[in-house]
Amino acid sequence: MPKITFIDASGEARTVEGQVGSTVMETALRNSVPGIEAECGGACACATCHVYVSEEWTEKVGKPSQMEEDMLDFAFEVRPSSRLSCQIKVSEELDGLVVTTPGRQG
Amino acid sequence: MSEVLTTDVAIVGAGPIGLFAVFELGLLDIKCHLVDILPKAGGQCAELYPEKPIYDIPGFPIISAQELVDNLMKQIHPFGAKFHLGEMVERLEVLGTSEHPLFRIGTDNDKTIEAKAVFIAAGGGSFQPKRPPLAGLDAFENTSVFYSVRKMEHFRGRRVVIVGGGDSALDWVINLHPIASRITLIHRRDAFRAAPHSVNAMRALVGAGAMDFVLGQVTAAKGEGGQLSALTVRRESGEVYDLVCDDMLPFFGLTMKLGPIAGWGLNLHENLIPTDTEKFETSTPGIFAVGDINTYPGKLKLILCGFHEAALAAQRAFHYVYPDKKLTFQYTTSSTSLQRKLGVA
Repeated sequence: MPKITFIDASGEARTVEGQVGSTVMETALRNSVPGIEAECGGACACATCHVYVSEEWTEKVGKPSQMEEDMLDFAFEVRPSSRLSCQIKVSEELDGLVVTTPGRQG
Repeated sequence: MSEVLTTDVAIVGAGPIGLFAVFELGLLDIKCHLVDILPKAGGQCAELYPEKPIYDIPGFPIISAQELVDNLMKQIHPFGAKFHLGEMVERLEVLGTSEHPLFRIGTDNDKTIEAKAVFIAAGGGSFQPKRPPLAGLDAFENTSVFYSVRKMEHFRGRRVVIVGGGDSALDWVINLHPIASRITLIHRRDAFRAAPHSVNAMRALVGAGAMDFVLGQVTAAKGEGGQLSALTVRRESGEVYDLVCDDMLPFFGLTMKLGPIAGWGLNLHENLIPTDTEKFETSTPGIFAVGDINTYPGKLKLILCGFHEAALAAQRAFHYVYPDKKLTFQYTTSSTSLQRKLGVA
């Protein structure tokens, strides 16, 4: 199963296994990774699962859709590497993915 | 104190579960008042994802969240529940005894409602504006930083910064423009979710030199004694500068916070209210918790589970509302008495 590393705002890293076809947000919640709230449960409707994709992964993960860009307006400290983790599907190609969670989601 | 409204059951939260509770209580001749902080019924369904399809409502292979809310409103129409929208329940006082409970709830709009039982159907808590994570921001809130506009006159002659790209941000840009001495809109990108006509109106004002638009994000708030003097802004180009201003209106949508419920003397577990699974009653007899706000072994945060909880809680609430009456279980398919209540017989 693909491994995903979550680095929190204080720099602590947690590596967990994600199921192919699930989302990065679901992977965080299932493994009790802090820093991701996902208030709306993955409907791309709340911007509380905001992550920064590490530089070496931005191309593979891809750009947010129009709807996700709109929702990112509700997040704080948005950067070019910002994504909503409920919109990133876990795949074998993303094995080793590293994302950072922001200091605060909402 | 303001006038005291009296009813059988006060429901905190007008999301799908609060609405369906009206139905289950109504079948038992129990009258309800609902209070919700949002200006409309429907809770998360209406506020967060009205257009999203839901696939796990029994009997509906697919239904949009707003359609579900609309259907529930139609379903509970015969029971004439009273809605208090745009109000938050701040206080909950226990007046009665555990055998004969009586409660008094107070809203932030100075309303007082007395009821024999309370249903907390508050979902993830109350929707509150998202607060930008700027150091020391709380010192400016309600004096120089506002998440809604209550008095437009406050902004007369002031330099106002509005942050965001949705309808709230753009509407207030346009409405406050004639009143404020200068409006600056700050947004992280040159694309807006707001209605195109508002965006065009904003661009026309910028084009005419009547207001400013800055592509960037606010990184710090400066000022003294609750009064903002400047916001530090990082432009998209990377340039960082201080923008002199008097007020800021940030519009980053809403988030759910447990809010005043934490102070009502109920047992809580990780911001959820533990209940039994027979009556969905809390640690205080007469106060029930249904839907996403409750927790018990095996709890699933599904709308259908909340419906079930509301039905069972209503059975118990009947005994508090009508302590001397016997409750006979009936089906809507066959009971003429229930059908009369529904206005179909």
